[in-house]
Amino acid sequence: MIDHLLSASDLDRETATLVLDTAGEMAAVSGREVKKLPTLRGRTVVNLFYEDSTRTRISFEAAAKRLSADVINFAAKGSSVSKGESLKDTALTLQAMGADAVVIRHSASGAAHRLSGWIDGSVVNAGDGTHEHPTQALLDAYTMRSRLGRLEGLRVALVGDVLHSRVARSNVWLLNTLGAEVTLVAPPTLLPVGVENWPVQVSYDLDAVLPKLDVVMMLRVQRERMSASFFPSVREYSRRYGLDVVRMGLLPEHAIVMHPGPMIRGMEISPEVADSARSTIVEQVANGVSVRMAVLYLMLGGIA
Amino acid sequence: MTSSWIVSGTQVGDLFVRDGVFVDSEPADAQRIDATGLIALPGLVDLHTHLREPGREDAETVETGSRAAALGGYTAVCAMANTDPVADTAGVVEQVWRLGKDAGLVDVQPIGAVTVGLAGERLAELGAMATSAADVRVFSDDGHCVHDPVLMRRALEYVKAFDGVIAQHAEEPRLTAGAQMNEGDTSARLGLAGWPAVAEEAIIARDVLLAGHVNSRLHICHVSTAGSVELIRWAKSKGWRVTAEVTPHHLLLTDELVGSYDPVFKVNPPLRTEADVLALREGLRDGTIDIVATDHAPHTVEDKECEWAYARPGMVGLETALSIVVEAMAGTDDIWGRVTDWMSVTPARIAGLSQQGQGLRPGAPANLTLFDPSLTWTPGPSELMSRSHNTPYAGRELSGRVVATFLRGEPTVLDGKAQK
Ligand SMILES: [Zn+2]
Repeated sequence: MIDHLLSASDLDRETATLVLDTAGEMAAVSGREVKKLPTLRGRTVVNLFYEDSTRTRISFEAAAKRLSADVINFAAKGSSVSKGESLKDTALTLQAMGADAVVIRHSASGAAHRLSGWIDGSVVNAGDGTHEHPTQALLDAYTMRSRLGRLEGLRVALVGDVLHSRVARSNVWLLNTLGAEVTLVAPPTLLPVGVENWPVQVSYDLDAVLPKLDVVMMLRVQRERMSASFFPSVREYSRRYGLDVVRMGLLPEHAIVMHPGPMIRGMEISPEVADSARSTIVEQVANGVSVRMAVLYLMLGGIA
Repeated sequence: MTSSWIVSGTQVGDLFVRDGVFVDSEPADAQRIDATGLIALPGLVDLHTHLREPGREDAETVETGSRAAALGGYTAVCAMANTDPVADTAGVVEQVWRLGKDAGLVDVQPIGAVTVGLAGERLAELGAMATSAADVRVFSDDGHCVHDPVLMRRALEYVKAFDGVIAQHAEEPRLTAGAQMNEGDTSARLGLAGWPAVAEEAIIARDVLLAGHVNSRLHICHVSTAGSVELIRWAKSKGWRVTAEVTPHHLLLTDELVGSYDPVFKVNPPLRTEADVLALREGLRDGTIDIVATDHAPHTVEDKECEWAYARPGMVGLETALSIVVEAMAGTDDIWGRVTDWMSVTPARIAGLSQQGQGLRPGAPANLTLFDPSLTWTPGPSELMSRSHNTPYAGRELSGRVVATFLRGEPTVLDGKAQK
């Protein structure tokens, strides 16, 4: 069904919808007492993580285990830059081990693409540099659909550091494929050159956008961006682009607040907002497992 | 050793070679080459080659690079200074020059560094390199930009004493920190940090003003953007002594190819857009850009078979340059006359190489390239003699190939095979 999942733009509407529908069935499994399906028994899934991300790794691990796959965690942090084993050598090792699927997280954009050229197994991009994180976008879409009942025509704003955000890149393509209307809200310094050719609206003014939204998704802003003059100060950023209770009041009643985590409470989202009933932050984590189960199932499923 | 040749059937008439020069009458005891259907060009001259020796002999040596050059139709190459150690003293430039002599396949003319260790902090001993056996006239920190405007001004002024030229790698380093590819639609989509056109153009704008102000010779390396072409056109209209080069790959390839994340397409400056490619071709046709230079940049498999961000920039180009230029510039009037200017006469003049680029006339050194436009070939590991094979044209059929090269009357390549 799916050979690799390298980019959200690889998914057409039909396939993306199939993943979300399958995730729904997987969620039902996760609600059972015995949270396991025998589907991927005898299959090997390798989590190849060059970057620390406990949340994402555990989510993929749980997904693979619930489908009865064997899971190997391979922490290869920093090896290529530090003149250790190269990614290609590692690929050959995984090939020799008979990995059926490799879930890769890497600090270099395109690392998942490179890996897919070197091994026979399926590759899932679990975040590559500032490029993409497609399963995050799938779980975000799943969460929106669960809460709001549809994706077609939803008005979604992604707020914050779009320039460096793989979550934003994946969400833009996937949401566009699924018929949602996306607005990017950020200071101009945190939007990529060329964004005018993306299928999105762009705004520098969060307050003007909020009243029209169904979903506001806050993106992470790393504090180190400050030293590079992307914005003048944390305080100014927070005042113009942070989501606090007052600003949340501008949203329509039904609108939800999302954050891919991990959050820096205070700067981009206030604790009251993060913990409010509108926030889907905890659900997003749970949905992540179901979506990743669906992806692995559709990639490896059934064919013994 | 035979030093007399008759090359018959060329479009410019029969060529006669005796004792290393072209002569106007048929020499006795000459070997004959039938060049019917072949294009005869004066030996090509590359103003921008990385030979990697000393320091990275695993990627290329003066000898292997010389052989690749001869196979590409070159009789002279200018070796860039970013070796290890850097070619920033008379000792290192003489070493490279001697290695070139020993290889004996092309004239290897070292380029000297502008600043000590390419660090951009203080001038290297430019005069000592100029008066060394290597007779250096071109100075460049290529790989790095001389970005301090005062240092750049001083360098431009200083080399006037020996008719030198500063060849600038135009890249404002603060605007390209972390850059991985052309900044634009493709970089935005791929999540690779952008190298904006303005980082090249800002330095070119500054440097042509400096060169005009002090009336010195400035050469712009590997021009890659439409805006740069505009700036150079303007500088030339002022009568300033500015020359410029473009690489074969910037005349043909675009940044969309980066979509594969295959580092074979990673170069510095990066591949740009279709609009830039068209502007570069136009700039070359109208004389704004003076020459084509390869920026031949060999890298080992280890330095390329990795993640895009960790791969070294650069591609090999000596053996494919002529085919690529002819393909990219198809439709140009008098293409062979223009190629002669772009790839032989003018680069030799800029580099001050009096034994090169003198044309196919009696009395000129017998540097000759015979190109068969009817041959097709596919570059691959067994075809390429450069020690490194990082070419984007691997597996792609190219049309036209060099079949013979003569350096001062001696064949360095015959029947497409290197003679040493
Ligand atoms: Zn350069």
